[in-house]
Amino acid sequence: MSDIAERVKKIVIDHLGVDADKVVEGASFIDDLGADSLDTVELVMAFEEEFGVEIPDDAADSILTVGDAVKFIEKAQA
Amino acid sequence: MFDLTGRKALVTGATGGLGEEIARMLHKQGATVGLHGTRVEKLEALAAELGDRVKIFPANLSDRAEVKALGEKAEAELEGVDILVNNAGITKDGLFVRMSDDDWDAVLEVNLTAVFRLTRELTHPMMRRRYGRIINITSVVGVTGNPGQTNYCASKAGMIGFSKSLAQEIATRNVTVNCVAPGFIDSAMTGKLNDKQKEAILGAIPMKRMGAGSDIASAVLYLASSEAGYVTGQTLHVNGGMAMI
Repeated sequence: MSDIAERVKKIVIDHLGVDADKVVEGASFIDDLGADSLDTVELVMAFEEEFGVEIPDDAADSILTVGDAVKFIEKAQA
Repeated sequence: MFDLTGRKALVTGATGGLGEEIARMLHKQGATVGLHGTRVEKLEALAAELGDRVKIFPANLSDRAEVKALGEKAEAELEGVDILVNNAGITKDGLFVRMSDDDWDAVLEVNLTAVFRLTRELTHPMMRRRYGRIINITSVVGVTGNPGQTNYCASKAGMIGFSKSLAQEIATRNVTVNCVAPGFIDSAMTGKLNDKQKEAILGAIPMKRMGAGSDIASAVLYLASSEAGYVTGQTLHVNGGMAMI
């Protein structure tokens, strides 16, 4: 796992209080990890803070899984 | 009951009559209190009088950057704001047909936009901590209207709608958002009224007296307490019965 993926995973675990082994690349925040719509907004804000990137609303709407978040941040930082 | 020991509160407009009473009340119940105001000497005097568990935060709420900075500073220096009391407000009264853009803008900016911006700064950390009490001081006239105060009444009604919407968004995070709506209270704001105006007002109040600052502060204390944890999106009217709504 890349450094970015590790950091994303840590944020998700901390924020949603889920088991680390559940936070896999394909895990959906809402369907698999029990997040509600407010959680997803908070996660996006936490990613922005951690990685110093801006995630516009339309991009945020397309970030549905852990893998989506990692991909977006990798691209934003490239 | 209503013990606030260990809680941190920020009160805006704490050098005004009502704000000062609210700050004193929360402090008396054990909270650490952040006093916001525009006049540094008055803030320092009140802080000195209250003694420990007090910090001052001078800021101009008409300046959007200062409002944001106020939120950041209060959150950092109080090490997490649990209770936010948006009390600061101004009036620029005048009949509607003669209401200037400046008087409209000034009132909306301080009474409503600053509430939005400051609350935005402090809500997220409250959500993260799964605890918060946001109390907005509106007014009976925000519900009933009052001639000569289209700007003020619009701002106060706006506050109520704002509070109800936010209350629904963040209820699951154990952050409550409520309003307290004072009627006529003995304060600098009503001190400007002449005897005839006062007489007319008292005629409309079943209790035949104006409220005291402590009447409002007590309502704020209730909503700020952990005991009020199941109350959100409400407006608590404290007006001696002048409007039963």
